[in-house]
Amino acid sequence: MDTQDPSRRPTSGEGAGAKTADVYVEFNGVHKTYDGVTPIVRDLHLTVREGEFLTLLGPSGSGKTTCLMMLAGFEAPSAGAIRIDGRAVDAVPPRKRNIGMVFQNYALFPHMTVGANLAFPLQVRGLDRAAVAERVHRALRLVRLEGFEDRHPNQLSGGQQQRVAIARALVFEPRLVLMDEPLGALDRRLREEMQFEIRRIQRTLGVTVVYVTHDQQEAMAMSDRVAVFNAGRIEQVDSPEVLYEEPRRPFVASFIGDNNLLRGRVAAVDGDTCDVRVGDVVINAFMVTRHEVGDDVVLAVRPERTGLVSEAGTYTNEFVLRVEDMAFLGDHLRVLTNIGGHGFVVKIPNIVGHGGVLAGEGVHIGWATLDCRAMRPPEDESSD
Amino acid sequence: MNAAASVSAPAAVAKRPKRPRGSRLRAAALALPLVAFIVVTFIAPLGTMLVRSVHAPVVADAMSETVALLGDWDGGSLPAEAVFATAARELLKAREDRVIGQVATRVNRVQAGLRSAVTRTARRLRGLQPESWRAAMIETHAAWGEVDTWRALLLAGERYTGRNYLHALDLKRDAAGDIVAQPSEQRIYMALLARTLAVSLAITLLCLLLGYPVAYFIAHAPPGRANWLLLLVLVPFWTSLLVRTTSWIVLLQSQGVVNDLLVLIGLVNDDERLALIYNLNGTLVAMTHVLLPFMVLPLYSVMRTIPATHMSAAASLGAGFGKAFWRVYWPQTLPGVGAGSLLVFILSIGYYITPALVGGRTGQLISNMIAFHMQQSLNWGLAAALGGILLACVVALYLVYDRLVGVERMKLG
Repeated sequence: MDTQDPSRRPTSGEGAGAKTADVYVEFNGVHKTYDGVTPIVRDLHLTVREGEFLTLLGPSGSGKTTCLMMLAGFEAPSAGAIRIDGRAVDAVPPRKRNIGMVFQNYALFPHMTVGANLAFPLQVRGLDRAAVAERVHRALRLVRLEGFEDRHPNQLSGGQQQRVAIARALVFEPRLVLMDEPLGALDRRLREEMQFEIRRIQRTLGVTVVYVTHDQQEAMAMSDRVAVFNAGRIEQVDSPEVLYEEPRRPFVASFIGDNNLLRGRVAAVDGDTCDVRVGDVVINAFMVTRHEVGDDVVLAVRPERTGLVSEAGTYTNEFVLRVEDMAFLGDHLRVLTNIGGHGFVVKIPNIVGHGGVLAGEGVHIGWATLDCRAMRPPEDESSD
Repeated sequence: MNAAASVSAPAAVAKRPKRPRGSRLRAAALALPLVAFIVVTFIAPLGTMLVRSVHAPVVADAMSETVALLGDWDGGSLPAEAVFATAARELLKAREDRVIGQVATRVNRVQAGLRSAVTRTARRLRGLQPESWRAAMIETHAAWGEVDTWRALLLAGERYTGRNYLHALDLKRDAAGDIVAQPSEQRIYMALLARTLAVSLAITLLCLLLGYPVAYFIAHAPPGRANWLLLLVLVPFWTSLLVRTTSWIVLLQSQGVVNDLLVLIGLVNDDERLALIYNLNGTLVAMTHVLLPFMVLPLYSVMRTIPATHMSAAASLGAGFGKAFWRVYWPQTLPGVGAGSLLVFILSIGYYITPALVGGRTGQLISNMIAFHMQQSLNWGLAAALGGILLACVVALYLVYDRLVGVERMKLG
């Protein structure tokens, strides 16, 4: 049997197939605290679909690794339940969960050869010698390390060790694989190469992957869906495109890509849009959540969604802003301005028209209502 | 400022090749006092001791002509008159030079009972001018009339001898010069060596058994607690050996704490108190206690380098604790196990004070016998030979270890 054959598992495919598939992992009201007081993970609800590549993204200390460890069974939830394939796993020890795990520093066994490392989970499961050899060989071919059986981990480069760690997590054919910042120790180029590699392997096998990282680009590049963690909570779970285009929380807006966040107060409401007063200006914005006049909101405007106004009336929001500082970055011009007392960054593509932007002068900037999202400010979140 | 930095940087680079030799010489010079100290206090005494085990020049020097004449002797019948005359002259000379006692001791070691033959003869022959030295010597001591006496003199006259080593290995040369075993009632050293090795092995295993879980516990405790626990391991280490051994006496003697407790809870009758000390048991318990840190520290230092994720990884791959431990954790601690075991074993086969204090009769080890020959019987040659055999055991062990584990993998802490 050839693991490279994508037809082996009907659920594998381009990720679109995965989206309609069943729920495979479910976090239901999971709470975790070590000292009984400080919550690490708070009332977490999350589902992972079969065959999906889901990334837990967040800054360090946001609870994402704790979630992974609870899923693997190394930590127990303080409250709530985790289900895998419909079964509650609270009482199942890690070794019986049949979950492949790739650790941050690979955790390859240094006294064993690559072949022995890969054979270990198979021998533990009592497979016979021939079956072990065959599966080890197949797993090594999957990660493109054929012929490395007799090397020791310390004879391999970082990228090769990473591949071995992935092969070892897959060799016993688990349906769920967890990865805890597996690319953190690699340099940038290797990291990007491995991102594609991991994605290729995941698609080939159609295996469900839960991946932890603090690198938003990595999360965007690899995932079907990303769960953005902040302070023990999930702020938003969506595909990378949706997270980028339609952030629902200020934290997501600022964590994924660049965003200008402006605090203001709703002055008027009209359907899905509203007028927000920010300092001495009024900005027309799209409401992500419903707001009434007088509510405090945060506006998010991406620097690259703003443009120079060459003809008044192009945008629903148009202002003449003073250029406080600017930097030429090759493909674009990064301009720091000020709006209503807030610093405001504008990204102007390096095409005709930017020559008129001069420090200390005014610049005519505009953006559309849909590119300006009004959200509840973070303080309100503790009340929901 | 930048310019200054960029100027000084190449200058530093240009200087660099010069530095190592000077600093290396200076560093070597700093080590010289230690080297001298080691040579004077360790290598030189050790060397002379080892030389002493095979080099016995007393008789060869004092009676050189007699020994030379005996070299031509057929060994079947008593030597010729000339030999007697020479022997008498050299014995008298030796008495004048005040080495007759050493000569007598040396000859006596080859054949027991000849001490008086040598000393008495040297005393009585003084001033005599007999016609027949043979008759005169046999008259002063009948031993001179026996062929064996002269054979013993010839053997004692060997400047270099393997006799001490033979003796230490419970062997001897018979009359024909062949190497044979000592009579069974005189075979003590091999049995003692065997006991020493067995006791050392037992102590090593005990230390490993007791020390491994302790080291594991400390290595995987949170840093703050680990420091405290390590301190607990080290405090006994800093306490005087004598104090620790004496406290074992307090605990284990027949009127001691342990026996009192056993009697109190009724496990042991008052008149059948256990003999826990002044025997092999005392040696085992006290030495295990004394040597435990030497096992714990290398184990701890190795275990600390094993990432905790290895056991987690093994669990995630489906291994229970037992399998994970034996296949993943234990093999990685082998350098520490090897280092600790080698250290404890080598220290215990040469251990002297503790068995001397709490070992009684059955708990004595070979080093106590060496001490006996150094201090009581004054047979330094034999003591040196026993020491040499001990040293050979240690070296052999080291080579075996190197072969099996590899010395470069050893981690001593």
